[in-house]
Amino acid sequence: MIRRWLSQTLAVSALSVRTIPQRASSSAVAMIGIAGVVIVFVAVLSIGEGFRAAMADASAPDRAIVMRTGADSEMTSGLPGLEVQVIEQAPGLLRVNNRPIASAELYVLVDLNKRSTGTAANVPLRGIGAEALEVRNEAHIVDGRMFQFGTNEAIVGRGANRQFSGVDLGSEFMSGNLRLRVVGIFESNGSVGETEIWCDSHLIQGVYERGNSYQSVLAKLDSPAAFDTFKNWLTTNPQLNVQVQREGDYYAQQSQVMSSLIRGIGYTIAVLMGVGAVFGAILTMYTAVSTRTREIATLRALGFNTASVLISVLAESLALAAIGGLLGGLTAYVAFNGYQTSTMNFQTFSQVAFAFRVTRTLMIQGVSYALMMGLVGGLMPAIKAARLPIATALRQL
Amino acid sequence: MKYFPLIWRNLLRRKVRTIFTLASVFIAFVLYSFLMVVQNAFSMGVEVAGVDRLVLMHKVSLIQLLPVSYADRIRGTEGVTHVGHSTWFGGMYQDKATQFAVMAVDPAYFQLYPEARIQQEQLQAWLADRQGVIVGRTTATRYGWNIGDKIPIQATIWQPKQGNTWFFNVDGIYDADRGFDTSNFFFHYEYLDENRRGAYGQVGWYVLRIDDPSHAADVAARLDAQFANSSAETKTSTEKAFLQGFVNQVGNIKAIIISILAAVLFTLFLLVLANTMAQSVRERTSELAVLKTLGFSNGLVLGLVLVESILMALLGGGLGLAITYFAVEGGSFNNALLPVFIMRSRDIAIGIALCCALGVVAGAFPAMTAMRLRITDALRRT
Repeated sequence: MIRRWLSQTLAVSALSVRTIPQRASSSAVAMIGIAGVVIVFVAVLSIGEGFRAAMADASAPDRAIVMRTGADSEMTSGLPGLEVQVIEQAPGLLRVNNRPIASAELYVLVDLNKRSTGTAANVPLRGIGAEALEVRNEAHIVDGRMFQFGTNEAIVGRGANRQFSGVDLGSEFMSGNLRLRVVGIFESNGSVGETEIWCDSHLIQGVYERGNSYQSVLAKLDSPAAFDTFKNWLTTNPQLNVQVQREGDYYAQQSQVMSSLIRGIGYTIAVLMGVGAVFGAILTMYTAVSTRTREIATLRALGFNTASVLISVLAESLALAAIGGLLGGLTAYVAFNGYQTSTMNFQTFSQVAFAFRVTRTLMIQGVSYALMMGLVGGLMPAIKAARLPIATALRQL
Repeated sequence: MKYFPLIWRNLLRRKVRTIFTLASVFIAFVLYSFLMVVQNAFSMGVEVAGVDRLVLMHKVSLIQLLPVSYADRIRGTEGVTHVGHSTWFGGMYQDKATQFAVMAVDPAYFQLYPEARIQQEQLQAWLADRQGVIVGRTTATRYGWNIGDKIPIQATIWQPKQGNTWFFNVDGIYDADRGFDTSNFFFHYEYLDENRRGAYGQVGWYVLRIDDPSHAADVAARLDAQFANSSAETKTSTEKAFLQGFVNQVGNIKAIIISILAAVLFTLFLLVLANTMAQSVRERTSELAVLKTLGFSNGLVLGLVLVESILMALLGGGLGLAITYFAVEGGSFNNALLPVFIMRSRDIAIGIALCCALGVVAGAFPAMTAMRLRITDALRRT
């Protein structure tokens, strides 16, 4: 019984899917419509995904960032040099030969021209300590060499080098009274760090009149588990006025506003477009049902049951949606994956270079969304087909 | 006009098809409007920037501070009529980063922005109250603040001498025409400078008005020359250029919006409407032949099909534009990060023009088919 039902359904569904080419122009409307939605959906969310990844990849589980209490980013923080010395005594901090693996840093902005627009952009300039590359062991020089402490040399991240002019290897650039010479290009997992320019922290203290003060301390811990010891010691120390965060939490918080903005706009567009595409799909499927009225009525007259007719219409609609969805997902992947750009993070006013990321999850989401549109779009026409009164339908045409 | 009933009847012939086509076209234009609103929001008021206002900031970057003593030297510069300054405060409200711009300004600041409308007695109250603040209508409404309320803001950049919280009294609420940001929070620079723990006598940036907008470049050059080779060199630009710089920093929003729009209009509008019109003409082959037999000219038949297409485009698209317009006016898009949500009349005009143009494009091919129809062939086919 069930087997007969199944084979009926399969036969009728195969028939309707196989005859799609006969209704090419109207089928194309649904297919291209759905593909369009998936392209936009995947493309917009790949911007958000790329931005999030650039921020997330900047962190490691065994690193912690120390800032002044109340500061919401490195930009707004300030730490006197004396406090930095105390911070470097904290338990849980990794030590090699009694040397604390921590980097006291300054974070300021310099104006560089964006290559794409030729207008000024706020590029972060980070003053780092001698241990900085040991703390961030993912960062490495890919071209040129590391700068020498005590000189006006600087190294430039791959992203900053790509997005902004005037910071090529060997060039010199001015920021106020500070003249920096680029001696190396570094990479750091494609993360936000690559948008930065790094130089000796003492240079920035001098030129930006910061005295003996810093903005943050990035510390490498004995292990990720040592974080609580480290944090408790610092936050309960009466000599200090600091807050301690895991680096991952810090960057997640820094990307929150921008990510949720992109996601909010992206989903609004995708939902609206999806509704529009469903209307297109409904139109297509009504057309399909009405051009096949006689065929469907004949099947029914031959004894095929209503359920199999209903499912066949849905199958056709889902097939169109699946093709459209895959087409859209692949187009978005080919066109946008890895596309390099940069934007301003609203929370720090500084530039973040990143690449669009069309991830597998996004593709799966896009195709699932397409199938959902196909299902909703096919439902009403399918019910209409199943309810077709056989006698009148056969008389028609 | 006398053919209108005929066109109307044709639309009603297949009600389901007409309804879903209109629905799709409608959605396309809701999206068009939404995208325009987003683009306007990202342009951060560049369009309404005052042509007679200049912004003077530190040459290195906006985060570097300038001496408050520059005010007198700027005021004395030829061409400058008003000077005010502003310092970014940031801060946290209710344990979250403030969802509105908090700025410390000098008393003259409101003279620079006649767009911000505020009752005279409220302004006087603010001027007399050291801890006073004037907030924009959007923010006041959002948090339910009234005149006389005390607002605590936690420090992020500027810590007070004691504790970590600053207190302000709401003395006034300002309004403005649409397009001008009414979410800001302005308090006295003096209150900040007296109570912060350092950086005394430093301000964020200066805003100044000039007597003649056409001299903007000259005045800017004069100002920057005046502060050249000092410890804080400056960069002066028109307010428009200053804001445009911010917009450019965010990225090429316009290109993204236009690409999305193209995808939307092609898939939801052009394709759907063209297909519907093609089907409709195909079904009516014999009818069209009869019309021609009755003496309708080829041009008239072409016109009838085109008008039908344009009518559908305008009905669906117009409704989409109208509904979004009222939603935006009603404030349902208002949010903190992008405070200016407007649909300009230019956007609406372009939308209507787009409807007509796309209606013509969608109807063109079917209309040509209808025009070229030969009576004998068409009648034989059925």
